[in-house]
Order: sequence, then C-alpha cells, then structure tokens
Amino acid sequence: MTNKPVLELKNVSKTYTIKQGLFGKPKPLRALNDVSLNLQHGEVLGLVGESGCGKSTLAKILLGLEAPSEGQVLVDGQALAGQDRIALSRRIQPIFQDPYSSLNPRKSIEDIITLPLRVHGIGDSASRDRELHKMLDIVGLPARVARSYPSQMSGGQRQRVAIARALIMKPEIVICDEPTSALDVSVQSQILNLLADLRAEFGLTYLFISHNLAVVEHLATRVAVMYLGRIVEEADVATLFETARHPYSRALLASVLTPDPDMGVPDTQLGAAYPNPIAPPSGCAFHPRCAKVMPHCSRIAPWPVPTSDGHVECHLYDQQPLQAAS
Amino acid sequence: MTAFPDALEITGPTPGQQLRRRMFGHQGFMIGAVFLVLLVIIALLAPVLAPHDPYAQSLSNRMVRPVFMGGTWEHPLGTDHLGRDYLSRLIYGARVSLMIGAVAALISGTIGTALGVAAGYFGGRVDAVVTFLINVRLAMPVVLVALAVVAILGGSLSVVIGVLGLLLWDRFAVVMRASTLQIRGREFVAAARAVGCSTPRILLSEIMPNIVNNLIVVVTLEMAHAILLEAALSFLGVGVQPPTPSWGLMVSEGKNMMLFEPWLVLIPGAVLFVLVLAINLMGDGLRDVTAPENRN
Ligand SMILES: Nc1ncnc2c1ncn2[C@@H]1O[C@H](COP(=O)(O)OP(=O)(O)OP(=O)(O)O)[C@@H](O)[C@H]1O
Ligand SMILES: [Mg+2]
Repeated sequence: MTNKPVLELKNVSKTYTIKQGLFGKPKPLRALNDVSLNLQHGEVLGLVGESGCGKSTLAKILLGLEAPSEGQVLVDGQALAGQDRIALSRRIQPIFQDPYSSLNPRKSIEDIITLPLRVHGIGDSASRDRELHKMLDIVGLPARVARSYPSQMSGGQRQRVAIARALIMKPEIVICDEPTSALDVSVQSQILNLLADLRAEFGLTYLFISHNLAVVEHLATRVAVMYLGRIVEEADVATLFETARHPYSRALLASVLTPDPDMGVPDTQLGAAYPNPIAPPSGCAFHPRCAKVMPHCSRIAPWPVPTSDGHVECHLYDQQPLQAAS
Repeated sequence: MTAFPDALEITGPTPGQQLRRRMFGHQGFMIGAVFLVLLVIIALLAPVLAPHDPYAQSLSNRMVRPVFMGGTWEHPLGTDHLGRDYLSRLIYGARVSLMIGAVAALISGTIGTALGVAAGYFGGRVDAVVTFLINVRLAMPVVLVALAVVAILGGSLSVVIGVLGLLLWDRFAVVMRASTLQIRGREFVAAARAVGCSTPRILLSEIMPNIVNNLIVVVTLEMAHAILLEAALSFLGVGVQPPTPSWGLMVSEGKNMMLFEPWLVLIPGAVLFVLVLAINLMGDGLRDVTAPENRN
C-alpha cells in the first residue's frame, strides 16, 4: 500500500451555532474539533463512535457538502476548497445511511441511477442504458426494476440502488455513512458483502462510518475511533481489536464482545450518558465516563501520542502529564 | 437458491398508478373535478352555447322572469334590468371568473413559489427577507388596497387581475417555504449535490417534483379565493366595470330589485357558489389524494 494519502483532513474543525428558543443566545457547537485524518489509496478506514460524535459531519466535509470552519481538506495534496465540484464528484461519491431518504421518491430507479451520467453529460441515451443495466447486474438487482420507483422497493433493494448510483461513474473513493444501520440484520450482511466485493472488483478506497465495531471489523483495514468531535485513537484493525489502547475504544469493544447473544442493546459499560456537545466536559472530554480516570484528566486536555501504527489521545499513554500541568 | 433473495420481488403499483387510483376513488375530488371541467367547457364554448349576445339590450324586454317562474324559453333565465339575456351573461361571466381565477393564481403562484422555495432552500438571510415580505403582505388588507389602486388606475378586468395576482402570493410562499424546508434536508438532495448537480437543477428536478402536489392544492384554493374577491370587488363597484358580464357585478346590479325579483341575485350567487365549491372540493380532494405520498 502506498503512503500517499488520497484524502486528507488537516486540523479540521466544524462549529455549528445552535439557537435555543426564540430569544436564546446562539451557542457554538463544536461538531469537529481539530481533526486530522488520512485516507490512503486502497484502504478501508473505519470510523466509529457513538451517535452525535460528528461522524456524519466529517463525511459531509470530506464530500465538500459542508465547508470546515477551520482547517483544510486535501485531495491528492491539493485543497478541496478551490476544486471544481464536477471534477471532484467523479472521484468521491457517498452512500448514505437511510435508503428511504437518499432516493428521490418521484424518480424512477433508471433516472436515479443514471443521474450522475446525465449531469456530467456522459454518453448518449443508449450507452447510458447499457451502463444502467451493467450497474443493476453488478449490485444484484434484476433489470426490470429500472422502471419502478423507490416506494416499490425494500430497504435492501434501495440501498443497492444507492450503491449503483454511487459507483456508476467509477469513483476512486466512496464515503459510506452507516450504509447498513437502517437495514434489517439479515439484509445488512448482504450489503456488507456486496460492498466488500465491489471494493475488490473496482479497487475502491472506502471511508466506512459506523457506530458498530463488529461491522467495521468485517471490512476495515484501519480504524479511527471518534469521541465528541475528536479522533481519540487510530490503529490498524487487528491491533485495535486485540489491544485497544484508549479506554473508550475498550468500552466500545466490550460492548461488541458481550457474551450473551440475547441481550438486545449491548451494554457500553459507559455508565454516564453521552455528554452535551454544547457544553463538553473540561480537560479530556471522556473523563466523566472513563474507567481509568486520573485526577488531572479533568483539567488537562490530552494530546495525540504516536503509536506504532497510529495514535492515541489519552493521559495513560503520555509521559509527562504532570509536568505539563505545572 | 439465489444470492440476493431481497432483490427479486418488486411489488406494488408505481406512484403514478397509486395517485390515479386514489383520485378516482375520492368522491369529493371527482365531484369537484367534474363540475369544474363542465364549467371550463361552458366558458370555452360560450359563443356557441349562449343563446343571445350578452351585451344586447332590449328595453321592451326588461326583467323577464325565468322559465321556472313563468317566463318563456326565449330567455330561459330571464333578462336583467336592461333586457339582456341572463343565461348568456352567466355563460360569458364564467369566462371572466375562470380567467381571473386562473391568471391571478398564475401570477401569485409564480411570485409565491419563487419566494417560498428560495427561502426554504437557502435559509439564513434570504429566509429572513422573505419572511419579512410575507409579514408585510399579510398586514395589507386586500380589499382596501384594491380600493386604493382602483381609485388611482380606474377599474377594469386587467387591473383586478393585476391587483389580485400581486396580493395573493402569501399562502403560496408560506406553503412552498415549509414544503421546501421539509425536502431540502433529505439525503437525496445531498446525493444530488455530491453528484455535481447545479443549484437550479436541484431546485427544479429534485425538489420541485416533491412539492408540486402542495403547490397544486394552493393553486386551487387561491383560484377560489381570487374568484370570490373579484365578485366582492365588482359588487362594491371597484372591480370589473359594466357592461362586462361578471357574476359579482350581476349580483350587484340585481340587488336593488332583490325584494321583488330575488332570482336576479340568487342565480349568479348560486353559480358562483357552485364554482367555488367545486374548486374547493377538488383542492381538498387533492390534498387527501397526495398526502400519503408525502410521507414516503
Ligand atoms: N446542521 C447542523 N446544525 C447544528 N448542529 C448540527 C448540524 N449537523 C450536526 N449537528 C450537531 O453536530 C453533532 C454531530 O452530528 P453528526 O450528525 O455528525 O453525528 P453522527 O456522529 O453522524 O451521529 P449519528 O451516528 O447519529 O449519525 C451533533 O451534536 C449534532 O447535533
Ligand atoms: Mg450520522
């Protein structure tokens, strides 16, 4: 695998302003806080974290759908901000979470899948039709669905349509934002297998977002763990699943490895609820829920500590927290 | 065994088929639609259907009673105070009412849709400006503004259409803004942007098809609204001017004789009622018929 990142986030922050009530004072909400992340050619980077930690925000920024408040997004080393939308959209395509919302209910499947070709003026109607049928075959849909509408299809079928739309222009990078979390468990694995096959077939690079570590283990080569707008640990998938460093990663892992299969919602063992992103905890944002919390964790924010295959952001792993404090 | 069992069955009718099925199954909608289509045909064929010239006066034949009150078939609905054939004036009056309804709704629909969709899609400052404009417009009483404009420009068909067209866009803007807000956050809009669609293309081909049913409902309601307002303005003498055959004007002209010849007022009043009722039935029906689709 080469070391040249195809997609790179450099110290990216995203701040939304939240207005509470009619006369409430607008408050800043840091959905992303100084995030740096690389996506290497050909890899599958899994991004995990609880609901609301900023995963979708990161995806939108990578897709150029939202502008970062601070920092930079680089595509092949060049700033995304100045680049042509049209050229960019040939290289990066999204697959969204909710296939009930990601397909226009008023359009036929044919129109939905060929929209990218039409927007980019690729081919004539005959060649677009050939492409359409090729894509339908690739994602495992029968040719006759071309004339039907999203409301006539099941969730799994819709997600296949969304995948066909994302891949019809042969992008290099696909940003999958929880592509299976809205689907039935039985359908989830079909879609995951399809995504894995497509990656092999087209040499795709994935950013694979999920709140489910089990799904990520299936597909990813590298994992980034996100907590409250920050990447708290980044490691190869094997390392993370064997020896997760950050206490938050360990808690997430423990929830996946729950022995009792009948337990409905896995216990995250995180006790306290997810903090309010408008008023994040002081110091290390994770300290109120951390099993290994130390006295200075609530005062000093940790910084990224490099590891053999990534980094971790926790006072357990930095050498001089107390000197820095004084 | 197939690899993708979920991929094989495509069930159910297309959205178009569903819509048609629901339309034909909705009584209110069908009744309204049939009456409206009938009235449109009558208006279009007015020169063929009208037994007399609606402007031809005959002072010797003034206020002949309609046939069901002892009149003759020469004037089935009688004649007015100038001896003009009442049925012919009613038939030509349908043209005036429908034209005012259609053109005023077209003008105000264009203005209101443009403002509402822009406000809903772009949000922020655009939304603030549009919301302000809507509030300003809502603070202006239509009838008083119409009185003032007619006092300055004089009353005529085109002035009435213009005034109503420029005043009745508020509901369009409110409804289109809310509908756009609802749609713009959907993921297919983000997908279209990620594919490289331009903003006009997103507005026209991704958002519009999803809100056009709401637009049609408002069009019908505002048509009825405009027709009633025209009648009211003409009744007050600041709308369409004589001798144009307008139903509102006919009520107004008949009101002096109302105690002795009530049919002079009742006949144009009744057709006005039927027209507005038909349009409203159709609008309500459309809302019912299209609502289930909005949810998915
Ligand atoms: N347009 C917006 N305006 C204001 N706040 C927003 C906006 N979009 C996201 N947020 C906030 O930013 C934070 C991160 O949201 P984001 O959608 O990225 O979370 P997520 O990790 O994708 O969660 P989920 O797993 O539920 O999809 C949340 O607290 C959310 O409320
Ligand atoms: Mg999300």
